[in-house]
Amino acid sequence: MSESSLFVLGATHHKAPIEVREKLALSAEDVAALQVEFAALAGLEEYAVLSTCNRTEFYGVATDATTVSRIQAAFCARRQFAAEEFAKVRLELRGPEALQHLFEVAVGLDSQLVGETEIFGQMKTAYAEAQSRRTAGPVLNRVFQKTFQAAKHARSTTAITVGQVSIANVAVELALNIFGHLGEARILLLGAGDIGEKTARAFQSRGAASLTVASRRLERAMDLATQLGASALPFEFREARLAEFDVVVCATGATEPVVTLPGTAAAIQKRPARPLFLIDLALPRNVAAGTAALQNVFLYNLDDLSKIAEENRLAREAEIGRCRTLLTERAGVLWRQIAPQLQGRPGASDASGAPARLASRP
Amino acid sequence: MSVALTDRQWIWLAAGFYLAGFLLGTLSVLRGGRPSGLAVYGLILGGFVLQNIGLGLRGHAVGGCPLGNTFEMFQFTAWASIILYLVVGVAFRSSLLGHLTAALAAVLTLVSLSIPAWDATRRAHIFGGNPWIEFHAALALFSYGVFGLLALTSLLSLLRLHSLKSKHTGGWFAFLPSVLDLDLIGVRLLTTGVVLLAASLTVGSVYWLRDTASVSLPKLLITVLIWAAYAGALTLRLRGRLLAKRFAWTCVALFVAALLSLGPVNASRHPVAVATRPLASP
Repeated sequence: MSESSLFVLGATHHKAPIEVREKLALSAEDVAALQVEFAALAGLEEYAVLSTCNRTEFYGVATDATTVSRIQAAFCARRQFAAEEFAKVRLELRGPEALQHLFEVAVGLDSQLVGETEIFGQMKTAYAEAQSRRTAGPVLNRVFQKTFQAAKHARSTTAITVGQVSIANVAVELALNIFGHLGEARILLLGAGDIGEKTARAFQSRGAASLTVASRRLERAMDLATQLGASALPFEFREARLAEFDVVVCATGATEPVVTLPGTAAAIQKRPARPLFLIDLALPRNVAAGTAALQNVFLYNLDDLSKIAEENRLAREAEIGRCRTLLTERAGVLWRQIAPQLQGRPGASDASGAPARLASRP
Repeated sequence: MSVALTDRQWIWLAAGFYLAGFLLGTLSVLRGGRPSGLAVYGLILGGFVLQNIGLGLRGHAVGGCPLGNTFEMFQFTAWASIILYLVVGVAFRSSLLGHLTAALAAVLTLVSLSIPAWDATRRAHIFGGNPWIEFHAALALFSYGVFGLLALTSLLSLLRLHSLKSKHTGGWFAFLPSVLDLDLIGVRLLTTGVVLLAASLTVGSVYWLRDTASVSLPKLLITVLIWAAYAGALTLRLRGRLLAKRFAWTCVALFVAALLSLGPVNASRHPVAVATRPLASP
C-alpha cells in the first residue's frame, strides 16, 4: 500500500492570457487522444478534464510523484506547446488545496465574472464525460458529487450568484422582475446592430418566443430577423404598434427619440394592466425621458443598466469571503473523509512490481 | 407532572413562533443571503398549530366559534391569513410573503394579547345557538384574513414597483416576486375576499330580514360599506381603472379600515357581555 494524491494541473485566466488559453484548449478529439496516452501512464488512477474558455484543467488521483509531470508532458505535446512556456502559466495543486480549488471553481469564485453559473454546468459535463470514459473512480466520484452539493449550498446560502453582471443579462433579469417569465412576453427590437442583437439573443436564451425586429433599413431588419428566427416590422410602424409589445429594446443610431412620450402614452392606454418595459441601449438616447413617469412603464437606459451590473458585481465580490469560508469548511470535512481512502488505496506497484495503470477503455 | 397551559398562553406561544419567523426572515435578508423559506414556513406552521390549540380550547369552552370579542376577532383574522398563506405561500417563488405573513400574524396576535380589555369580557350566546349565524361570522372574518393576505401582497407589490421605478433592484429586492405575479395574486385574493364577504352578508341578511332589530345599524352599515369598498376596488381593477401603485395602496388602506372597523362592529352587538377567564387545557 502507498499514499495516493488528489491533484489539479492546468492553466487558467489568472495567469494565462487569452492567446495562451486558445492554444491550450482541448477539443473532444484531443481528450480522446490523451485518454489513450494516459491509459499507458503509470500511477494515474483517475482523472477528469475541464476545458472552457477560461481554463483547461486536469483533476485526478495519482499514486506516483512523477505522474503529474508526465501528464503535463503528454498534454503539452498534444497541444504542441513548449513545456517551459507552460511552466510560466501552470497551476498545480495537491491534496486539500486541490479540493478547495475544485469547490471554488464549481461555485464560480475562480471565474473571471465572479459567481457566474455557467461553470457549474461545464463542470458537470466534464464529470459526466469522465464517467462515460470510465476514468472517474471512487475518489473522483465522491469528490465531484460533494463539490456539486457544496456549490449548490454556497449558491443558496450566500448572494454569490445573485444579480446579473452583463448589460444584456441585467436587461433580461429586469424583464423577469416585471413579467415573471418571458414565454408569453412579446419583444420588439429597434435597430439591427450588435448590442441589440446580443440583447435579443439573451432574451431568447431565457425563453422569449416572440421577437420582432424593426430597423430604419428594412432589409437589415429582415436579415437579422431571419438569423434570430424573428419577424420584421417596417420601422415607421413602431409606435402605431407599440401596444402589441411588452419589452422594447432600443438600439438605433437615431439622433432623436424613436419612442416618444405621446406614442408610449397612447400604447399604455390601450393595455393599462400590462406593464411596458423600455430598454434604451442607444447613445444618443432613443426613448423620450418623460415616458418613465407613465404608470406601468419602466424605462432603463445604458447608464441604469451599467450601474446595476456594477452594483451586482460589487455585491458578489463582497460575498467572496463568506462563500470561501463556507467552502473551506466543507472541503475540510470532505478531505478528512477521503484522506484515509487515498492512503489505503493499492500502491503504485502491484505484486509483479509493474506500476498501476488505468485500463484503456475506448 | 403535567403542564396545563391556558388558551391565552398557547396563543402567546404561537405569537412567539410567528415573531421568530419574522425575525429569522429579517436576519437572513440583512445578512444579504436568500430568505430561509423553509425555516420561516416551519415556524409559521408551528405557530399555527399552537394557535389552533389555543383557539380550540377557547372554542370548546364557549361551545362555538370563538368570535365573541375583539381579541378573538383579531385572532381569527390572523388565523385565516396564516391558513391561506400555508396553502398558497408554497407556490410563491420567494419566501418574502411568508416573512411578511409572519409579521402580520405576530402583530395581530401580540397586539390583541397585549390589550387585556379586548378579552376582559365576551358576549355570551352571540349566535343564539344558530349555526348559520356562526357560519356568517366565521365567513366574514375569514374574508378579513384573505384581505390581510391581500394587503401583504399589495405591500410586496408597492416595494417591487418602487424598486423598479427607482432602479434599485439589488439586495433583498431581488427576492420579490414579479409585478405581474403579484398583480395576478392580488386580483385573485380580492375576488376571493369579496365573494366570501358577500356570502357572509347574504347569510346574515336572511336573519336580519326576519328580525331587523337583531343587528344594530352601525354594524350593518360598516360591514356593508367595507364589502362595497372592496367590491368597488375589484370592479375598478377589472375595468383597468385602478392599477399598479394605486390598486396596491387601495388594498392596504381598505385592510386598515377593515381592521379598525372590528372594534365598532363588536361594540355594536346586542347580546349581554360576560367576563372571560383564561381557559386551561385539560
